Amino acid sequence: MAWLHTWAGLLAGWVLFFVFLTGTFGYLNSEIDRWMRPELPLASPPPPASSLLPVAERYLARAAAEAGEWYIQLPGQRGVPDLTVNWEEPPRNGEDNGAYRSKTLDALTGEPFERKVRETAGGGSLYYMHYTLHYLPYDWATRIVGISAMFMLVAILSGIVTHKKIFKDFFTFRPGKGQRSWLDGHNLLSITALPFHLMITWTGLVFYMFSYMPVAADVLYPQGNAEDSVYAVVRGDDVGSVAKSGRLAPLIPIAPLLAEADREWGAGKVRQVVVEQPGRANARITISPYAISDHSGTTAGMLRFDGVTGERLPNARVTAPGRFNSLLLTLHEGLFANGMLRLLFVTAGLAGTAMIGTGLVLWSAKRKAKLSQAHSSPFGVAAVDVLNIGTIVGLPIGIAAYFWANRLIPVSIDRRGEWEIHAMFIAWATMFLYAIWRRQDRAWIELARLAAAAWGLLPLVNAFTTDRHLGVTGRAGDWALAGIDLAMLTAGLFFAFMAKRLERKLAAGMQKPQPRLVDA
Amino acid sequence: MIIAAIFAGLRRPASWHRWSVASRTVAAVAGGYAVTSLATLAPPLALGAVGVSIAPALVGGMMASFFLYAAIIMAVFHARSAARAWAWLIGAAIPLGLCVWLLLPGARP
Repeated sequence: MAWLHTWAGLLAGWVLFFVFLTGTFGYLNSEIDRWMRPELPLASPPPPASSLLPVAERYLARAAAEAGEWYIQLPGQRGVPDLTVNWEEPPRNGEDNGAYRSKTLDALTGEPFERKVRETAGGGSLYYMHYTLHYLPYDWATRIVGISAMFMLVAILSGIVTHKKIFKDFFTFRPGKGQRSWLDGHNLLSITALPFHLMITWTGLVFYMFSYMPVAADVLYPQGNAEDSVYAVVRGDDVGSVAKSGRLAPLIPIAPLLAEADREWGAGKVRQVVVEQPGRANARITISPYAISDHSGTTAGMLRFDGVTGERLPNARVTAPGRFNSLLLTLHEGLFANGMLRLLFVTAGLAGTAMIGTGLVLWSAKRKAKLSQAHSSPFGVAAVDVLNIGTIVGLPIGIAAYFWANRLIPVSIDRRGEWEIHAMFIAWATMFLYAIWRRQDRAWIELARLAAAAWGLLPLVNAFTTDRHLGVTGRAGDWALAGIDLAMLTAGLFFAFMAKRLERKLAAGMQKPQPRLVDA
Repeated sequence: MIIAAIFAGLRRPASWHRWSVASRTVAAVAGGYAVTSLATLAPPLALGAVGVSIAPALVGGMMASFFLYAAIIMAVFHARSAARAWAWLIGAAIPLGLCVWLLLPGARP
């Protein structure tokens, strides 16, 4: 079983490190998104939904009277700054779908306006690539991530079984003892956040269970479309959209319906209002909250009204497995978490990343400890070390490059957002080349130093290039935005500390010299 | 000393260990996946046969299936020998497969 833990962990370790680290950034997507769009105003409490909805309705009735669906996004939680409306134009002759329109509305005048905001890949990209791996085709990427997650589940469960003295090990930490310390650190990180590691791995698999475990669903639903049919029954999800009625009927004002939403969820929780078939006899209004409960991501967590009579429509029945399924998916995304709870999600995500990192280092430390002083590492161990250096320090440098690119690429560049992401992967690939070319013991230290500079200097670059730096955000009390700068500084300090320690160990002769990969 | 040497000589050759690992890997990954799929399919089929809605059982089974798969993988590597692991897998697949074969409309000739 220890064998299984070691090899399952090693083989999927590098992909999992990427998935955990970029996924952790997802818990800060809104905050990072604001950091990457420094032209946006600082966070301020938005006007109440009851005053915003009439503005949106008036505009949509004028600009999108023929649209089949209206989407109204309200500003509010986690710094969403603007009231935006979206709709699809009626399709032109011979086309299935019409053009998709999105407008930001001024809360007072109700007129659309455009913010002069730099083009950026934004805060969602790191989250999105944690399961789409950016350059790979979607189906490939989700399957690679799924297989890695399955390795992870096996590694976690076999890790628990391997540790007979799990409780005693938890309180054991022997620093400065080489391989022992790595083992103790790995145990500490694994056990502290064990519920998170198990939850995040399992729920990640559940997200794509219809493509990971398709056999039963495909056999039971031979006509296809199993996922939609099943979720319609167990979670009450909608299937398809409301067909257009030929009869016209005036849409009721939406704002009065908010009273019911406030009663249900508490004041100020409405995130989105969807109107299907506005102006038709079968119009339907759906109000959804910021996710606050275990099933608010699904149709069952929304309020629905008849768009002509204003009558509340019953929600579909939700079964226990459906409710549990929603609970798992909501836990994975952590959308409900605010403040300290969100910070806890981030910390647990970083602990998971560090658990994988220490596990990878432990694999090679163990093998090197068995070699005599005279022997240099065999090629396999040296190759693992290259991947470790390139991933564990190289990836953080790549992510820092993503943020540097956001501040330094000229605003006029075409497809600027894509170049931000290219910058990340170019920087990351360069780190791999460096790890191959350089003596490995030096490469660890030098790249840790580079990572310290890359992260630690970001708040400074921010101060030189924008007026959304710590001096402004801190004074204004916009701590969500200031927190990003502070976190970058902390990351810089972490890598500086790491470089210092590695250097001291090398100087004290506690580590065997490690040659370049090409000499191994 | 001589006895130890004889025993060492009698031990299985090193390549045997490799074959065992390869065989277990196939058993765990492919065999485990097949048994997990059958175990996810059989309960909703059985419920459907007595007229209960299949979707909740299917969703419940699919969510649990990842743990079942992991447990099978671990059991296969824990088993005393690769042959034993295969025997257990086949032993589990036969009743499940039979169950599916009997319940699935159109599966029987």
